[in-house]
Amino acid sequence: MRPILLAGHERSLNQIKFNRDGDLLFSVAKDKIVCAWWSANGERLGTYAGHLGAIWTVDVSPNTVLLATGSADNSVRLWNVKTGECVKVWEFPTAVKRVEFSPDGSKVLAVTEKRMGFLGTIAVLDINYDGDFTNQAEEPSLRITCTDSKATVAGWSYMGKYIIAGHEDGSVSQYDGKTGEQLENVQAHEFDHQINDLQFSPDRTHFLTASKDKSAKLMSARNLAILKTYVADTPLNSAAITPKKDYVILGGGQAAMDVTTTSARQGKFEARFYHKVFEDEIGRVKGHFGPLNTIHVHPAGTAYASGGEDGYVRVHHFDKPYFDFMYEVEREQLRR
Amino acid sequence: MAPSFENLSEQDLHEEEEEEIDFSDLKAQYEVKLEEGLDTFVVIDGLPVVPEDNRQKLVKFLLRKLNAVGHTSEDAVFMPVNEKNMTEGFAFVEYETPEQAVAAVKQLHGTPLDKKHTLLVNKLMDIERYGREGRIDEEYKPPTIEPFAEKEHLRSWIGDANARDQFALYRGDKVGVFWNNKSNPPENVVDRAHWTQLFVQWSPKGTYLASVHPQGVQLWGGPTFSKQKQFPHPFVSLIEFSPGESYLTTWSARPIQVEEGHPVLTYEEDGKNIIVWDIVTGKPLRSFVSHDLAGPESDAQPKKKVQWPAFKWSADEKYVARMLQGQSISIYELPRMNLLGKTSVKIDGVMDFEWSPATVNRDGVKQYEQLLCFWTPEIGSNPARVALMSVPSKEIVRTRNLFNVSDVKLHWQSQGNFVCVKVDRHSKSKKSMATNLEIFRVREKGVPVEVVDSLKDTVINFSWEPNGARFVLITTGDASGGGAAPKTAVSFFAPEKKGVQAGNFKLVRTVEKKNSNAIYWSPKGRFVVVATVHSQSSFDLDFWDMDFEGEKNENEKDLAANLQLMKTVDHYGVTDIEWDPTGRYVVSGASAWTHQMENGFNLHTFAGETLAENPTDKFKQFLWRPRPPTLLSKEEQKQVRKNLREYSKEFEEEDKYAVDIANTAVVEKRKRVLNEWVAWLRREKELLAEEKEAYGLSEEVDSPKLAKDAPSDTEDKGETVVEEIVEEIVEESEEIIG
Repeated sequence: MRPILLAGHERSLNQIKFNRDGDLLFSVAKDKIVCAWWSANGERLGTYAGHLGAIWTVDVSPNTVLLATGSADNSVRLWNVKTGECVKVWEFPTAVKRVEFSPDGSKVLAVTEKRMGFLGTIAVLDINYDGDFTNQAEEPSLRITCTDSKATVAGWSYMGKYIIAGHEDGSVSQYDGKTGEQLENVQAHEFDHQINDLQFSPDRTHFLTASKDKSAKLMSARNLAILKTYVADTPLNSAAITPKKDYVILGGGQAAMDVTTTSARQGKFEARFYHKVFEDEIGRVKGHFGPLNTIHVHPAGTAYASGGEDGYVRVHHFDKPYFDFMYEVEREQLRR
Repeated sequence: MAPSFENLSEQDLHEEEEEEIDFSDLKAQYEVKLEEGLDTFVVIDGLPVVPEDNRQKLVKFLLRKLNAVGHTSEDAVFMPVNEKNMTEGFAFVEYETPEQAVAAVKQLHGTPLDKKHTLLVNKLMDIERYGREGRIDEEYKPPTIEPFAEKEHLRSWIGDANARDQFALYRGDKVGVFWNNKSNPPENVVDRAHWTQLFVQWSPKGTYLASVHPQGVQLWGGPTFSKQKQFPHPFVSLIEFSPGESYLTTWSARPIQVEEGHPVLTYEEDGKNIIVWDIVTGKPLRSFVSHDLAGPESDAQPKKKVQWPAFKWSADEKYVARMLQGQSISIYELPRMNLLGKTSVKIDGVMDFEWSPATVNRDGVKQYEQLLCFWTPEIGSNPARVALMSVPSKEIVRTRNLFNVSDVKLHWQSQGNFVCVKVDRHSKSKKSMATNLEIFRVREKGVPVEVVDSLKDTVINFSWEPNGARFVLITTGDASGGGAAPKTAVSFFAPEKKGVQAGNFKLVRTVEKKNSNAIYWSPKGRFVVVATVHSQSSFDLDFWDMDFEGEKNENEKDLAANLQLMKTVDHYGVTDIEWDPTGRYVVSGASAWTHQMENGFNLHTFAGETLAENPTDKFKQFLWRPRPPTLLSKEEQKQVRKNLREYSKEFEEEDKYAVDIANTAVVEKRKRVLNEWVAWLRREKELLAEEKEAYGLSEEVDSPKLAKDAPSDTEDKGETVVEEIVEEIVEESEEIIG
């Protein structure tokens, strides 16, 4: 599992995403540039320039036609993946921390920061795929305001039925995807331990949260029941579910500001593999020399990529032993 | 308009006066009338009854005492005489001021006048206040006796079927007690948040767990760790049990201020720092002012560390002693806590002392005695001196004079067989240092002293083997220890084989170029861990065996030791090492009290095999619960050792069985979990399909409906074909255009 090192950013990575086909990888960092890479060999396809601040988040439409990014310059930009043109800019009062396309690609949600007297919100933008994509609605079709604790991450459940959000206070909320009404709120993680990532399973029936409280939780999108808990020994920044094999990958590390006060040997800058069902840790992948900020898995489950505070993206294609590994009980089940 | 000060009329002022509520009736009812002048009087009781002729003499004698705390005169002492011309055994005394009277009560009450008589001093007002009619019931009412309530068994943990040991774990705000389960996760007994404020401590035999709070010390025990005793010493910060856990000493930096009506503390304790408590009754035996705090504190000097334990106990708890550095040692007799022989032992320049940790039977000495060892530095032309004192006779049984001494440390062997006096010596120029070991063979006739002086470097640590005659020491070249971990050398010593008694102490081996600074012997002897603790750069634990059962070096043939390094393990940031009381396990801990990095504790076997690593956030303290000494006689112990092989067979079988059970349990659990997961997935899939149908959507709703030009799913094709265009430079030529 020799990694491909993508050294295209000058500053720490914020989010990376494979497209639905898995042939492309998009990465955003604090250096204002979006990079697109061929996932197979790590060749850079191009960049999307235009943002004026650190880019916090990126997502690509299911058909790989449009790319949405959210930035500290208080805007969400929509790009034509093929040409690299910016086709639309939505301005917000505060920074945008997370964008995500709905499963059918017809909407994008944007999580905005709570700052300067503005409460944190989740805005839903309708996307029009006609023509040259520049004809987009100006106003969000839905706006959810988080009055209690601001949302830090959010995503769409199956069929876009719910919007699931993770909050700064460690709770997880379920909103109706159409009306924006809050249906459920669960204190999934320790109080006041921010949720840093929330990624869905391929069928979007369950999702994985990563929190500062050093744990990741697998939860049901339908009723927010906590299905599994994965305990790590370091604050977590990102967590992803692997398709094909029942694993989860967790990433994190000592917070960047604490790193200087500790020795290098215990930074815990490793990607950790846990068995999704048994909750046991089964392996680690070293490489980064800073905390892991973001992890995303190839939609086919054949590779994963991690982006770190060190400014590198590492793409790992899984080897045969990865696919062969099985618990005895799993093997037994398979034989039956 | 509200009246302001300027336009306030006379009328207004008068109105205010009239409106004032009349409290006089209440005042009359509740005011505590202090009879004028009477608060300078005290009543002294407990005086000898003497004929009138001798009264004058007694008053004079008494005045000496009375004037020590205030000012009074012969005229102010009234000692009534009855019809038989005898004094009544009490007297009234008038002091100059009420403060002096209070001081007299505080300081003289309960002090002996002579051998037979103890003064009882009370304020005259108090006798009036408490003794007045109606305050005390005329009829005697017997105190109600509480029905007998069975207490919890305080030693129940020893009866564990698997002979497991318990430990206390303090992390974050929580303190828990757990059973040690080897490599399996420990089993919780109790876990309580905010159980203690400062730290926890086991009593020496493991009966009680002490928690320390601003209000005092609390003891817990029994299978559920219920409250056993409370010792309300406000702001206590240091505690010490006596070796047989009958007494407890507590210390606080602030002098105690006793409020009237305190249930346990009395005026006795007011202004004191140290209290010696009786654990069974929960009552203070006697209280003391700290020596350390005497004298004004100067800011220029760094605060002196508190000498703790301030009171050192003899092995059988019959005596407890405290040293006034440079002057004397005071020995108190238990259980009355009276000063042995009524005086402290004056020892000019005394620097330190240690009791023998066991009652020693010296060769040729028949009567009962406890031994203590102390040393004095060079004073003027007198040499430094190390001496053994026998208590209660206070006789010096052995002394040894020493020269050029910078410092001395006293190390008793656990059975009191030897006391090793580590003498740091400087050369005449005071430039170079060397260490001598002077070993007193306490049990042998005349207490011979053996000198081991082959050490050129400074000894920074020394430790006897428990119940043995071997010791380990660590030396370093640069004593300053400044900068990175100093290079040290570890030396092992053992006596020569020679009959029953230990022969001369000889060096077994020295291991150079180490960073080690701490020695931890197994409580049962033989095994020793030499470690580097509290270090920034090195964290190794060396596990040594002193009786290796293999081949022996030819040149160590005559020594009662066969040294072998079993294993070296690393524990990042290790600060503490604890052997369990049976000598089977070693726990190394990295405490958040010292640093914040990778706090937690690791469990090792005696041989250095790591069984479990327990990273624990804000880990502070790990304490094995001590065990009381075995009840088996020497013969029975021997019997057990002889049949060890048979017993161990049994235990191994049991262990194997336990592992099997555990393994099946794990497999069963995994099976269950997997089945549950598969069932959950299946149900979720069904529900999803139902919902999609209800919405009238096709199964394909989640796939991009607008993705006309998107390539079809790669999964269907199985393989992805990647076209890579590589530009290759076939030829390169340079043209120079001139």
